[in-house]
Amino acid sequence: MAVSTPRAQALSGAEVVRRSLEGGRTDWRSIGFESLLVGLLVLTLGILAWLLVVVFVNGIPVLAERGTDFLTSPLAARPAEAGVGQAITGSLWLMAFVVVLSFPLGIGAAVYLEEYARDTWFTRLINTVVRNLAGVPSIVYGLLGLAVFVVALGDILGPGSTSGRSLLAGGLTMAILVLPIVIITSGEALRAVPGSIREAAFGVGATRWEVVRSHVLPYAAPGIFTGTILSMARAFGETAPLILVGAVIGGFNVEYDSFIGILQGRYTALPTTVYDWARKPPSFSGNVYAAIVVLIVVLLLVNALAIYLRNRFERRW
Amino acid sequence: MTAVPAQPPPRLSVADLRGSAGRRRRELAVRSFFLAAASISILISFLIIASLAGEAFNFITQVDLALLFERGWFPRRDLYSIQTIVGGTLVVAGIGMLVATPLGLGAAIYLSEYASPRVRRTVKPILEILAGIPSVVLGYFALQVLSPTLVDAACPGATNPSNIAAAGIGVGILITPLVASVAEDAMYAVPRSLREAAYGLGARKRTTSLRIVLPAAISGIVAALILGLSRGIGETMVVSIAAGATGGSLFTLNPCEPGQTMTAAMTALATGSDQVRGASLAFPSLFFVGLLLFVFTLTLNLFADRFVRRVRISY
Repeated sequence: MAVSTPRAQALSGAEVVRRSLEGGRTDWRSIGFESLLVGLLVLTLGILAWLLVVVFVNGIPVLAERGTDFLTSPLAARPAEAGVGQAITGSLWLMAFVVVLSFPLGIGAAVYLEEYARDTWFTRLINTVVRNLAGVPSIVYGLLGLAVFVVALGDILGPGSTSGRSLLAGGLTMAILVLPIVIITSGEALRAVPGSIREAAFGVGATRWEVVRSHVLPYAAPGIFTGTILSMARAFGETAPLILVGAVIGGFNVEYDSFIGILQGRYTALPTTVYDWARKPPSFSGNVYAAIVVLIVVLLLVNALAIYLRNRFERRW
Repeated sequence: MTAVPAQPPPRLSVADLRGSAGRRRRELAVRSFFLAAASISILISFLIIASLAGEAFNFITQVDLALLFERGWFPRRDLYSIQTIVGGTLVVAGIGMLVATPLGLGAAIYLSEYASPRVRRTVKPILEILAGIPSVVLGYFALQVLSPTLVDAACPGATNPSNIAAAGIGVGILITPLVASVAEDAMYAVPRSLREAAYGLGARKRTTSLRIVLPAAISGIVAALILGLSRGIGETMVVSIAAGATGGSLFTLNPCEPGQTMTAAMTALATGSDQVRGASLAFPSLFFVGLLLFVFTLTLNLFADRFVRRVRISY
């Protein structure tokens, strides 16, 4: 059709073909469809932006006014005095439980499933169980913690006035909650290491553990790190199970002198504090936003670190 | 050591390849640790089922079954209307899916079919950040921002700032990244050759996306929606903060009113007072609701799993 006009000659071959296939008409429906898709994506990202703007606009002034006082003060009944000191300490403790318990057990389980296990009914059972555990709502883990750690083992884990609702109960619940995530992400990282690496190591006489330790794990490390970091972020932001296993809402005093005393004592966490304040009168709303800013900044940093690690060390075989 | 007489090389047996006894012992110890670590997940599942079922059984045997079908959920007055919290849960999850399906699938189709690699690389991490926002934060956002703006516009005359609609929209925003990411994975996995065949027949990009890629990835997309629904049903904090009805609720399916879901009913019981461990049937009712929730989400997840596997088999 228009192929011989001078203007068409300036177009690329593909463009010429496309135009003649479309019969020179503009395809409004395709444009409309693409605009719809872009619109939906922009709407999704816009909601995220909206949320962040609302949080920061309302939270930053409180943080600026209170300064470090807000970050170190304990829970209190009056908004001007209440801070997130105890909450941050508690959340860091919970993350420590995840690091100490979930990481070795989760990575160990992943190594077993990917490197050691043969395809037996037992292996398949574990794989199915792990996948399903990852989909169990977090509040159900809270019920598990309530039944096992608070009620059944309460006299050991949180004796006396703690009445079972101890840091140990919360930490163990959180460690169990993120375990499936650690297993699944570590397993994916291990699976991405090509078999030739293993065969080369076996070929020079390494045992299976030597192969795993000196070849597979180093190559899978970036992927494992990413997964573990994300699971820590999950533990940091998780609220519902902690409410059930009795993270403190309201206020409490910590005067524990021993390590065991801290573990058996009461605790709170940053997201549970947000939840508690969110249900209080509107005078607390500045505090809520300020606490959310702290929460989101920590999570954004952690997520950014994970994404950076993945992109930096991403390896294509 | 100089003149070695020509001998036939010693014959190796399997025992020579085994290595030292110490090495073998270490190997066995490491292997046992890994096996134990892997077995813990079975123990955890067993504990979950045992703790849920035990107390739920106590509840079912002790409660007056007629109370399960009363007009409202007020555990402190021994009214345990199951349809109130199940209905509330379904309405919240339904509104969530109404929000998350177009947003999530739109984002997935765009990212998989239209976006340039650069846009993909930028947008996917941002969606992951959205996925990482804690649900308490979204709950407060729903209560403070979504409810006075969107919900007030849709529900004229709604007096209570906390209502089912606000919670539902919040849940929808929460599950959008999940739906988008699972659906995008499924569509991205459709082989290029199918698209090229479509283009070769003269199909447009829109036709190719909707008529070729979407049907080819349909199992993955269905799985994404089921997973989203499952997450929406199990979502706790958004509903606890934004849906209202802290103590209990009458049966309602009206999204403009405050309502109660299974998850919110549990947190309400746990925070209502410190007496959850003692009085009445409130404590066992917690586990009964938990068991119900567990069964719901497990069923949905198993369905989703089946659909995901179908994608893997076909390509």
